[in-house]
Amino acid sequence: MKTRTIEMIVLALLVISSVWAYVGKINGWHHGFVFSSSVSLVIMILLALSLVWILIRTLQDKLVGRRIVFLYIGVALSLPLFMSIDQPIKVSDEVRGVYQGLVDLQPGSKVLISFDYDPASAPELQPMAEAILGECIERDLDMIVLGLWPMGPQQATMALDSVMSRMGLTEQDVVYGEDFVNLGYQAGGEFVIQRMGSSFESMFKSDFRGTPYQDLPIIKNVKNFSNIDYSVNLSAGFPGTVEWVQVGVDRFGIKLGAGNTAVQAPTVYPYMGTLEKPGQLVGLMGGMSGAAEIEKLTNLKGKATLFMLSQSFAHVIVIAFIIIGNVAYFRGGRKSKLKGE
Amino acid sequence: MRREIPLLITGIVGVVFIVSYFIPHWPFSQMNNWFSDWFSIIQACAIFLGALNLLMVSSQKIARKAEGWGYAAVIIATFIMMVGIGFSGGVGFREAAGFDWLYRFMYIPLSATMFAILGFFVASASYRAFRARNVEASLLLVAAFLVMLGRVPVGDMVTSFMPDGSQMSDLASWIMNFPQKAGQRAIMIGIALGLVSTSLRIILGIERSHLGGGD
Repeated sequence: MKTRTIEMIVLALLVISSVWAYVGKINGWHHGFVFSSSVSLVIMILLALSLVWILIRTLQDKLVGRRIVFLYIGVALSLPLFMSIDQPIKVSDEVRGVYQGLVDLQPGSKVLISFDYDPASAPELQPMAEAILGECIERDLDMIVLGLWPMGPQQATMALDSVMSRMGLTEQDVVYGEDFVNLGYQAGGEFVIQRMGSSFESMFKSDFRGTPYQDLPIIKNVKNFSNIDYSVNLSAGFPGTVEWVQVGVDRFGIKLGAGNTAVQAPTVYPYMGTLEKPGQLVGLMGGMSGAAEIEKLTNLKGKATLFMLSQSFAHVIVIAFIIIGNVAYFRGGRKSKLKGE
Repeated sequence: MRREIPLLITGIVGVVFIVSYFIPHWPFSQMNNWFSDWFSIIQACAIFLGALNLLMVSSQKIARKAEGWGYAAVIIATFIMMVGIGFSGGVGFREAAGFDWLYRFMYIPLSATMFAILGFFVASASYRAFRARNVEASLLLVAAFLVMLGRVPVGDMVTSFMPDGSQMSDLASWIMNFPQKAGQRAIMIGIALGLVSTSLRIILGIERSHLGGGD
């Protein structure tokens, strides 16, 4: 069969399965559908055996193309969603630091949360946002959110909607303007943070619904960072955690915890100290594993915890393919034969 | 004058920002606030410029029937749709309005899909290019394996026989907190020194390449 025909068949199968999954989700067909432990075990053994088979073929100089890698990643990401394997999630000191910052607050304290990301990074950062907002509600903390990225404020609204729905709360329980306010997006990056150091109102004349600053009880007495008890920054790039540290922490002395994408987290580690002696950051949640850890601490298990099994599978598959690729490299006299096809 | 005035503005603003960091009192604090406000205004205007530029480039592509002009048409159509529906909602953001609907049910799935594809390419690229060619690359490879395994629960599952504190996640944390952090700090210090020298050159008008013109 021609490659083009195979591609078309695979594409058609993917489209049909996606439509089936979507319609099934709306109609509740798959509700509670999970593989039993024995079926999950069989799937894992089959996957492992197929990887061994690929390794053997590689040793015979029969290399697999990138489409096979794509297929394995697709399978590794999707099948675990139907498995019921409990994985131990160990909470790191970095994530515990972010949580401790919330635990140390008295009810009524003001928490500033900056949403500096867009939907592309939401799978990693949105679960963190929901866990942090949920803990703030649980501890009766005042939540002031803003965005240095244009899409940040909408992500904040969605996170609050989601967490309120999961906690069974209504708008009467979390009153907008009294318990929560969304200041919206402001252009200017680190200069917004710098200006907020002298006056919040100068940067945010109104919230994102258009309500004037002074008409919002939660913030009308908030002049600058000195009225904020704890800050959390959820960031996927620039402007983000680095700018909040350099301006907010170093210049205005805010207490800051951060949540970053897995790609960005290593660049923020230099600002970390230890749990006993915090650095410029009191804590850091890195990637989806950081999100799963904060979900565990806040007892708000959500998508990050659910997706950790998929991530485990994907990491193991990637490691396996790197090993296979290196076997091919050394077998071929250090001249890689992998052409990408 | 086309070069002197921007140089003068750059110099004054740069000096004011530096001085106001060490002397955060009037008049420097006030000037700092003015310049920060100006920066926000200029950046907000730059968003309009960016949007206009996008429209112009896309329009030219359609007019010339250049390769991929169909995508340019989609860009313009969706741009007009988002802006039109956004403005029709009035001042301030309204949940559950048209703009919010477009964001939730069109922008988010499309954006997430585009980003998700990256995972597949990273896996494929790692398979084809991540090689233990020499000692340094081998060290990087081993560190990558340990961090990848330590950042997911399966790492701790396979090392569950080890005492607490020596499991895979602890090893990954150690790599991130010591060798990685040390390397990052070294890079950051280097970048900071470079930034200081370049900033000084710009403030003093020695470095003029940002003004264009080639000198």
